[in-house]
Amino acid sequence: MSGPLHKFDQPNSYIGRSVERPDASRLVEGEGCYVDDLQLPRMTHAAFVRSQYAHANIKSVNVDAARALAGVVAVFTAGEINAEVSPYVGTLTHLQGLRSPPQLPMADRVALWQGEPIVMVVAQSRAVAEDACEQVRVEYEPLDAMVSARQALDNDKARIHPELDSNTAWVKDVDAGDVSAAFSKSDVTVVERTFQFGRHTGVTVEPRSTVVEFNRSDNTLVFHYSGQAPHMMQAIIARHLDFPEENIRVIARDVGGSFGIKIHTYGDEIATAVAAKLLRRPVKFIADRLESFTTDIHARDHRIDGKIGIDREGKIVALEIDDLTGIGPYSMYPRTSAIECNQILNLTGAPYDIENYRARGTVVFQNKNMMCQYRAVGHPVAMAVCDSLLEEAASEIDMDVVEIRRRNLISDDAYPCTSASGMKFADLSHQKSLQRLVEMMRYDQLRKDQVELRKAGIYRGIGLVSMVEVTNPSPMFYGVGGAPISAQDGATVRLDAAGALHVSCSITESGQGTNTILAQIAAEVFGVDIKRVKVTTGDTAHVPYGGGTWASRGAGIGGESVLLASDALKSQVLEVAASILQTTPDTLQIERGVVVSSADGSEKISLDELGRIVYYRGNELPAGVNAELIATRHYKVSDFPFVFTNGAMAAQVEVDIETGFIKVLDFWVVEDCGRVINPKLVDEQIRGGVVQGIGGALYEECLYDDDGQYLNATMADYLVPMAGEMPDIHIEHVETPTSTSTLGAKGAGEAGTGGAPAAILNAVNDALRPLEASIFQMPMTPERVLNALRVS
Amino acid sequence: MKAPDILYECPQTVAEAVALLSDDGRFCQPLAGGQSLMPMMHLRLAQPEVLIDLNALAELDFIEQVDDTIHVGSMVRYTTLLNSELIRRHVPLMSLSLPHVAHSAVRNRGTIGGSTALADPAAEMPAVLKALNAVIVAVSQSGPREISADDFFQGIYETALGDDELVHSIKFPAATDQQRFGFYELARRHGDYAMAGVAVSAQSINPYTGLRIIFFGVADQPLRATGAEAALEGSMFKDEPAILEAQNALPADEFTGDVGVSVDTKVQLAKVVLKRALLAM
Ligand SMILES: Cc1cc2nc3c(=O)[nH]c(=O)nc-3n(C[C@H](O)[C@H](O)[C@H](O)COP(=O)(O)OP(=O)(O)OC[C@H]3O[C@@H](n4cnc5c(N)ncnc54)[C@H](O)[C@@H]3O)c2cc1C
Repeated sequence: MSGPLHKFDQPNSYIGRSVERPDASRLVEGEGCYVDDLQLPRMTHAAFVRSQYAHANIKSVNVDAARALAGVVAVFTAGEINAEVSPYVGTLTHLQGLRSPPQLPMADRVALWQGEPIVMVVAQSRAVAEDACEQVRVEYEPLDAMVSARQALDNDKARIHPELDSNTAWVKDVDAGDVSAAFSKSDVTVVERTFQFGRHTGVTVEPRSTVVEFNRSDNTLVFHYSGQAPHMMQAIIARHLDFPEENIRVIARDVGGSFGIKIHTYGDEIATAVAAKLLRRPVKFIADRLESFTTDIHARDHRIDGKIGIDREGKIVALEIDDLTGIGPYSMYPRTSAIECNQILNLTGAPYDIENYRARGTVVFQNKNMMCQYRAVGHPVAMAVCDSLLEEAASEIDMDVVEIRRRNLISDDAYPCTSASGMKFADLSHQKSLQRLVEMMRYDQLRKDQVELRKAGIYRGIGLVSMVEVTNPSPMFYGVGGAPISAQDGATVRLDAAGALHVSCSITESGQGTNTILAQIAAEVFGVDIKRVKVTTGDTAHVPYGGGTWASRGAGIGGESVLLASDALKSQVLEVAASILQTTPDTLQIERGVVVSSADGSEKISLDELGRIVYYRGNELPAGVNAELIATRHYKVSDFPFVFTNGAMAAQVEVDIETGFIKVLDFWVVEDCGRVINPKLVDEQIRGGVVQGIGGALYEECLYDDDGQYLNATMADYLVPMAGEMPDIHIEHVETPTSTSTLGAKGAGEAGTGGAPAAILNAVNDALRPLEASIFQMPMTPERVLNALRVS
Repeated sequence: MKAPDILYECPQTVAEAVALLSDDGRFCQPLAGGQSLMPMMHLRLAQPEVLIDLNALAELDFIEQVDDTIHVGSMVRYTTLLNSELIRRHVPLMSLSLPHVAHSAVRNRGTIGGSTALADPAAEMPAVLKALNAVIVAVSQSGPREISADDFFQGIYETALGDDELVHSIKFPAATDQQRFGFYELARRHGDYAMAGVAVSAQSINPYTGLRIIFFGVADQPLRATGAEAALEGSMFKDEPAILEAQNALPADEFTGDVGVSVDTKVQLAKVVLKRALLAM
């Protein structure tokens, strides 16, 4: 099948409607089951002694007093845990040249970042485990810490890994067209800026959480985890703890947010599995907030020199970026920590028609917590760099920022096409989205108001961004490079005797409403009331094999697999019905749980009656009818490496020039994620994403001092935007279904996070422009804004 | 982040509470609203051996007027203060400040005594107490004693309170008809501790007389700006040169920075909050 199914547009269909989430009341009423809710017989609790230094030799570890404490079940040194684990290496073959030394769960002889686990205590309660941690004596010999990326790059003598010849992990170059020639043309205005993006992290409401059960009699391990990729975890544990893969069951029940944080190999979680195996008792590890801030992966941390050239008509003639990023002491396993840099190189300038593009990315090791993929990997950086350069250039030639975009955005009839960095685009709508945005926000009126208010000393700014979002990745993302990460997903749909539909799918629910949209798709394609659809996700023992939830792929890939399976099951059911009714399948349809005549809609047989015949009274079936009321289908994207979503966004901010405080007054989004399955859920994904983007732009930063000590590891000190800081976020959709699937859905999970920082940065600089001040560093804290104003 | 095991006592009278507190052998800490102490215990920054829960002490939960004094028990919650007509009428500076203290969930538990005893330099209550020349009534087994707010707050989490003393109550002089009050704070997010804030009281504002200008969130304790007070004394309401002079007379050498916030920024913000508080009086 290919191309959009127009029946989705029918008024009483489920797809395209804001169906209420069946699981919402359960979660809101506190009936959810998160990992910490698990209480198993003989369960124990883990806590870790973590390195106090960013870089230190561990001279000695004394655990005697900890072992002697009442209530302590076991104390494991790094050596004891590591001995049970084969090393893992965070590289992928398609990221050519990326290197990272072998890694083990805990630090034995040398600690490479503050927070790296050194000793694990398992006790009858977490409190006792923490008491015991306080009794552990670690003797350190502090070493020089490479904290900033620049310091690590320049300081080849103080190497983080003595076995490597430098602190550089990866360098990548892109060079398309003739950038130097383009910049040197006489009619070209060149603008150069240096951008800095602070580290931030996902701050999930439910922290990283693991309970591991080991059953010795059959050598099986059950890994309960709050996470996004059960099959990937299964493969990783099998590989590195030397279990047969089929003996590991990974269960992710309700997940309290993930944002990409919970999709990596964390030493403490692997150690928890080891401890369960050694102790033959369930072990629970729940990261506390301090551990979350210091050990959940961080993201961003980029310093980018950017340069754009535009001609007199405002056409971009060339774009150049040089990205330096620090990733912590290792490349994270198995996704690697080079992906964010790679995305930035791939995506900077992607919405625009640019022939000449040059980019360099340099990824270096540091003595800080590891960096890896967090919601909208690379996007906020790529979009902010290009769109800020573009708006700066527009102001140089005195051109309106909407007009300059109109002149440069890829035109809506140019697809399919390929960008200078090699990205293949199809089914996008930049021009149309921009137009809708301008109308929705009443752009011209806002500009007039802005001028009036400036006369009264009120500095408002308007900033835009046109953006793309990488979604629905194919195997070209990870699998091609050797990672045990599946780009395909599967769904099984089963009709039971009562006429209800059971769907199991390999994507996961982490609070975003995945299970709801799967039910919508199954109910509509198969033809039952949505109340009669039960969805199971997040259990390797019960769902088909697949990738899980990341890179905005749930709806587009998992959803398509449910569509295909539901369609297949429908054919099977109609065949059975036809044989019972002694007619041919093509004369029948399924509507709201009843097989009807496709000619006149008259009811022929209800699904529960059909189910009862098949399951209980099979003798009534005509001879030779093999009734299979279950179907499984798998789906992956094959024509393109990724399916891109596009969007246009705008922010209006007010800058208090006396205090440097920034208030986001309004935010507008036009997004084209193809087929919108559930408008309410998509809108909330966008809103949540925008709020996370506001966080990155204005508030959130993981701060370290010069010695690599983490400074703000509480929710009082690491600021996430809350209700009081959220503007109204107005959303509209352009729907250009992707031609890669029947469903036509592209991803929608990350656009807000990817685009919002750029729009806000542009809005702030727009506000500051009359004062001849500017800022290119995120988060834009009051101090940084004041500094920008002091300089001007 | 789990607190270690501790002993828990829940006295029913103040006499019992101070008797428990006088235990020299064990480190005792009173528990009021728990909004600061509980997180500190879980972070293991506070490690009392005995927790003395004050929540059963009805004796400490009162707001009353005695002549020209408003007397507030230490266990009165912020929310109760916010809703109190007596406070609104006679201690208006407190009413101006309370909406800036955290969020309603925290205000429903947090107490004025807890905030006073804690002496967080970025908190609103200590600055308000100092601006109003309030008197803190401390109580121990040897009886009550009164400490002026000026003497009470001594540094980050440091007060004149003895280990065996409880904050019993706080006495505020009731506002006169001529008195005016100003309050302004800058917090990164709604409900956060202040980056910089100021509480101002004046015997009169046109002309300005008898000012007490107390900054919070800028130094190691609520910081009185006597130079700024002197610069304004005698000039007329909203007089721009006088306000500018006051802004330039801040005790900047006593300012301290925070993570990611320099002293220069603190000084700039303090100037702004002062001006805005003065203009809104
Ligand atoms: C999310 C959040 C935001 C917050 N924002 C703010 C804010 O913006 N501004 C602000 O000022 N505060 C803020 N707070 C702190 C809050 O105001 C606390 O309630 C207050 O600081 C302490 O009051 P408490 O009654 O909770 O005291 P507790 O936490 O119970 O005790 C605090 C300390 O005082 C001692 N103590 C308590 N009562 C007495 C007494 N009667 N005598 C002697 N010692 C006593 C305790 O032993 C402890 O050392 C915030 C708290 C949270 C959780």
